[in-house]
Amino acid sequence: MSAQKPRTLFDKIWDAHVVDTLPDGTALLYIDLHLTHEVTTPQAFDGLRAAGRKIRRPEATLGVIDHNIATDESRYTGIVDPESALQVATLEKNAAEFGMPLIPLLDERQGIVHVIGPELGRSLPGMTIVCGDSHTSTHGAMGALAFGIGTSEVEHVLATQTLLQKPAKNMRISVDGNLAFGCSGKDIVLAIIGRIGTAGGTGHVIEYAGDAIRALDMAGRMTVCNMSIEGGARAGMVAPDQTTYDYIAKTPNGPKGDALKRAMEWWKTLPSDAGAHFDTELRLNAHEIAPQVTWGTNPEAVLPITGVVPNPAEVADEAKRAQMERMVQYMGLTPGQRLQDLKVDVVFIGSCTNSRIEDIRAAAAIARGRRVADGVRAMVVPGSGLVKKQAEQEGLDRILKEAGFEWREAGCSMCLGMNPDKLTPGQRSASTSNRNFEGRQGPGGRTHLLSPAMAAAAAVAGHLADVRDYQPKETV
Amino acid sequence: MQAFTTLTGIAAPLPKANVDTDQIIPARFLKSISRLGFGKNLFANFRYKEDGSENPDFVLNQEPYRKAEILIAFENFGCGSSREHAPWALLDFGIRCVIAPDFADIFHNNCFKNGVLPVRLPKEVCAQLMEDAKLGANARVTVDLEREVVVRPNGEEIPFKIDPLRRHLLLNGLDDIGQTMQHAPAIDSFEAKQKAAQPWLYA
Repeated sequence: MSAQKPRTLFDKIWDAHVVDTLPDGTALLYIDLHLTHEVTTPQAFDGLRAAGRKIRRPEATLGVIDHNIATDESRYTGIVDPESALQVATLEKNAAEFGMPLIPLLDERQGIVHVIGPELGRSLPGMTIVCGDSHTSTHGAMGALAFGIGTSEVEHVLATQTLLQKPAKNMRISVDGNLAFGCSGKDIVLAIIGRIGTAGGTGHVIEYAGDAIRALDMAGRMTVCNMSIEGGARAGMVAPDQTTYDYIAKTPNGPKGDALKRAMEWWKTLPSDAGAHFDTELRLNAHEIAPQVTWGTNPEAVLPITGVVPNPAEVADEAKRAQMERMVQYMGLTPGQRLQDLKVDVVFIGSCTNSRIEDIRAAAAIARGRRVADGVRAMVVPGSGLVKKQAEQEGLDRILKEAGFEWREAGCSMCLGMNPDKLTPGQRSASTSNRNFEGRQGPGGRTHLLSPAMAAAAAVAGHLADVRDYQPKETV
Repeated sequence: MQAFTTLTGIAAPLPKANVDTDQIIPARFLKSISRLGFGKNLFANFRYKEDGSENPDFVLNQEPYRKAEILIAFENFGCGSSREHAPWALLDFGIRCVIAPDFADIFHNNCFKNGVLPVRLPKEVCAQLMEDAKLGANARVTVDLEREVVVRPNGEEIPFKIDPLRRHLLLNGLDDIGQTMQHAPAIDSFEAKQKAAQPWLYA
């Protein structure tokens, strides 16, 4: 072993999961955990059925319903939209027919697939994890190799527990120093995407390193890894450490006792070796990152909250200028306008990026003793039933409701305009989700991405606001 | 899967970078449990106005591009979500080949699983092909996967490269699950070894 060349975290997990190598170098990669939801699986089960195939390891597969479900009381009485109802019923039917474990709709463990995997202790260091969903990169925060796949690949994993994959390139992004006041994992990852662009990570797996990443709690690391795909990378990872182990120890399904001890022996060998080769390296200083907000219609169109709407006329490249003009027009902006002057109609705190207990605490800390501004609809959507329960035990729901926020049931909600929670044309939202594409939150909707604390500040201000001006009040 | 060998058809120019999967097929149309029928909502936010009528300014609402079988765009095509509904929507509309300077990874993978060929060509070449596409209905482009060339309407041939395994599968319309099943003994022995070394994964 001593002669072996230094390897990265990605290399080690990859090497441990190669079942076979095809003559052209394509690996048959073993998948330890396959998470599924209702949107990207029906056609895969159809494929299995047509070919007379089974799920190879149902116990390594877990289904949950998250995208289509309403987050108000109507979830108890039935899904109103017939197509949504059919998609949910199809997953339930397929789970029963193929023996796939499925978290029932009204079970308290139900939630967004990328929240529940880590929370239940199913997503663990050193694992390969896939799901028919690009934000599977979230689970990389556990020190796992986790990435999104298409429906054909879902079928492939169901049938064979493997995937045909070419190795990715290694990229390391180090965030050095301490994060400044008012900033979070969301600000780190938005700043990174602003730097590398939406295709900056294409072909790479990103390992996030440095003091500022180490200092993040698991929720913060999940936020960072979640948006790796917005930087073009299929996967993002953080090496496991004591923060990871402490988190796993509290999960209901994580290994316990001797199994945990044995697992930790292997997990501790996972961090990248000194001298391991990274194809691409980037360093950022954490203290230079200010609270971030996107102004345009892709996540790289991001600026510090103190910024102003850029002027397309100042862009030399014709295609880039045209794209920026379109963004300014779609978003209803004027070049030179201060971002903090943009009035918001809707505030959405939720999604697989930012709906964990830590995110809700951050929002409640700003909301406490304040009121949502007149004319603003603000909603908080916990990532899972367990997050909701925890928040209610801590009294966060009461603080938020008293401030005028809606307190909802778990689901993907207003992240993607697939369920009843949508923007109407022209509405401007401050959203803790991950994509600000045209129409993402509903046709004609205008999305500004930001952190949970920044979203709460926008809700009480009635416009995009600098969270550093809205610090927690001690008394109610 | 339908094999892809050679395609000669109308190419539609879409001179945009970062065409994301929410543009290709917005999330609100992902509710079908079939692979078919997504074509009518391909690029729905561009193709239709708020009242549901066609937007005459969008390329796929113009002649001859309503019958386009090839789409030409700029960088980072297919970025965003992993939804395979994106290639399904292209395919259902009739587009079997997308030419762009580069593609987002998951979209790129998904194309090959559905008989849609993503061809990477330099940006200047894509711009040239877009100009060719504007000449009229007879200005057809040929994409020959066997020979790995794109043929411009004037006969000029532009070479491209596709991963050999993917090319083989696409040329023959092969399902890769069947191929992987041939490795079942290797998967069995991997699982036996892993179960011994990492029993918590099998608890």
